[in-house]
Amino acid sequence: MGEPATKEILSLEQLEASAGVRTGRKHILSILVENKPGVLTRIAGLFARRGFNIDTLAVGPTDDPTLSRITLTLDGAMHPIDQVTKQLHKLVNVIKIRDLEPIDTVARELALFKVSADGSARAEVMQMVEIFRAKIIDVSKRSLIIEVTGSWEKIEAFERMVRPFGLIEMARTGEIAISRGRGET
Amino acid sequence: MRAVDAIMECLKAEGVDVVFGYPGGANLPTYDAFVDAGIRHILVRHEAGGGHAAEGYAKASGRVGVVFATSGPGATNIVTPLTDAMMDSVPIVAFTGQVRTELLGTDGFQEADTFGITMPIVKHSFMIQHPAEIPRVVHEAFHIARSGRPGPVLIDIPQDLSRAQIEYHPVGDVHLPGYQPTLEGNSKQIRLAAKALANANRPVVYAGGGVVNANAAEELTELAVSGRLPVTCTLMGLGGFPAPHEQWLGMLGMHGTRAANYAMDEADLIVAVGARFDDRVTGKLAEFAPRAKFIHIDIDPAEISKNVPAHIPIVGDARRILTRLVNEYRALEPDPARLSAWWERIEGWRAQHPLRYDDSPDSEIKPQYLVEALYEATGGECILSSDVGQHQMWAAQYFHFAKPRRWVNSGGLGTMGFGLPAAVGAAVACPEVPSVLLTGDGSFQMNIQELATARQFDIPVKCVIMDNGYLGMVRQWQELFWDRRYSNVDMGQWPDWVKLADAYGATGVLLRDKTTLVADLREALATPGPVVVDVKVTREENTYPMIAPGAAAREMVG
Repeated sequence: MGEPATKEILSLEQLEASAGVRTGRKHILSILVENKPGVLTRIAGLFARRGFNIDTLAVGPTDDPTLSRITLTLDGAMHPIDQVTKQLHKLVNVIKIRDLEPIDTVARELALFKVSADGSARAEVMQMVEIFRAKIIDVSKRSLIIEVTGSWEKIEAFERMVRPFGLIEMARTGEIAISRGRGET
Repeated sequence: MRAVDAIMECLKAEGVDVVFGYPGGANLPTYDAFVDAGIRHILVRHEAGGGHAAEGYAKASGRVGVVFATSGPGATNIVTPLTDAMMDSVPIVAFTGQVRTELLGTDGFQEADTFGITMPIVKHSFMIQHPAEIPRVVHEAFHIARSGRPGPVLIDIPQDLSRAQIEYHPVGDVHLPGYQPTLEGNSKQIRLAAKALANANRPVVYAGGGVVNANAAEELTELAVSGRLPVTCTLMGLGGFPAPHEQWLGMLGMHGTRAANYAMDEADLIVAVGARFDDRVTGKLAEFAPRAKFIHIDIDPAEISKNVPAHIPIVGDARRILTRLVNEYRALEPDPARLSAWWERIEGWRAQHPLRYDDSPDSEIKPQYLVEALYEATGGECILSSDVGQHQMWAAQYFHFAKPRRWVNSGGLGTMGFGLPAAVGAAVACPEVPSVLLTGDGSFQMNIQELATARQFDIPVKCVIMDNGYLGMVRQWQELFWDRRYSNVDMGQWPDWVKLADAYGATGVLLRDKTTLVADLREALATPGPVVVDVKVTREENTYPMIAPGAAAREMVG
């Protein structure tokens, strides 16, 4: 842009607005918050009021007892993510927000599946468990409870595979994530 | 000492010498502390009045306004002022009483979830859990309310905790790890903005309430004058540039001038300072300033590109940024002649479309004339507060604000009933400047009880009612957009304002003659104590010009 007081011409045509862009991909926001009353309500309320849609939300303690980490995922096709993060930053109890780059991030989710498994189906379901490196954690005469951890996509794939056997119910935690390498998230 | 006595010490440390409030069961300990604290307490007649008075105090002075209310209904009564303060970025701190901790969550008498109810409408809030944290919280609340983009902060204190004994030590600096507003604008961006401005042929400065909040009126004026740039202000920004002035285009937006709106429409570069591109300013967003690039200066990063994408965003304090921008701009020695054609175009609009109205052929008072007469009678030397509706828009059009903090009104939320308590607050904040309220017969009745406050505490507010017996703005919209099917807008002729003023111990005056209006207003304004001036005006007059809701600036009518 040149040094101060240089009289070079700047054409207004060159100026471009960059903000407000919709990326079209899934975003994982890692939000470090003060462990104080009402913090989660403030965040949930902000999303509701501004019309932002949360896909998944996970909250838990961190290595520092005064801080909690909220990991939430949302759809970058529906919202300009910079507006979401800027509104979040305005909350006094929010210390830090990272919009995690997928390539530099390890993200995992835990899911529990209750699947009906009678007779011959049982063997096939157990084979799926093997392939997905899942765990059977409860067995009854006609059903199994399976624990799966992995990326959001892996859980989705597992669900697709076991659904035909009779998916009785499912519970998912929502993804938690941390950045790769030595640096803090 | 008791926690409540520590609150008083903190208030004094924050420089607070006057507060507004209303006692009740849950804040009895606090009110006991007021007895010996040596802090002036103005007893309002409704907590909403207290909240708006704190706002008026803050807007007129730039200092933090303070309001006290009890739990339950006391707290819910300040929901409107808190929302109003949030929308217009007004620094106030609200202290609410809460039921004893053992009663929390049991639906105790006068229990309301104040913390939860107010969460979306405050900049920040605190629910006290340990009495020892009270002093630090009070200072944090003041810091948050006044710094960055100002706003309302609430502290909810259970009754038992407020009377607990604590060890009080004065609190030094507050440190909030999650709250560090950016003040200095980015140098590269400021330099780029100066360059863009120097290369613009049709620039407009669009200034909002942030200029007033940042005390940046002088710097804004310097930038505009040194570059001979046309300036328009939002409703909240009035006074941020000294009107009348040859570079002043008037207010922009729904009831702005044609010169301002057309200039925005044709501009090649718009410098937005402390403004948030509200729908009342932009009209139809897709057709707003279609030829312009935007420099957006704001202390709140979330405002940048919220409604209109910014080409050169600069986050920080408007005063600091403008000071540096003026220097950078001057150093470029831009050629003022490049703006000649632009100014010719603007002069054309001004000549062709000045603000105008048809004056009455007889002695009837047109509402627009009332504002002109009030400007003449005061010489503009007053803090003018207003309520919400037609009178507010006419005030914005016909009263000229030469200085910041001389115009106190509810912009974002549009709160009827704001005016009288705000005028009381402004008078308390700046007793050396006359406090004048221009209100409507609808709005005035929404917080009329504060006349008693004004009388009891010798607060000489002069209330001028633009009395048309209608909810005028709603009537106008029913006329224009609902086939003149008037639904519940006729207010009749009640009350008798002169008698009502008398009942409150104020002076009441009835005016209906145009020919003596200026002199009559002068006399009324010179009358000591609170005065209520009932001015009967033309009943069905419309506020023009106007951009219909959702229409573009080019489609102004009237």
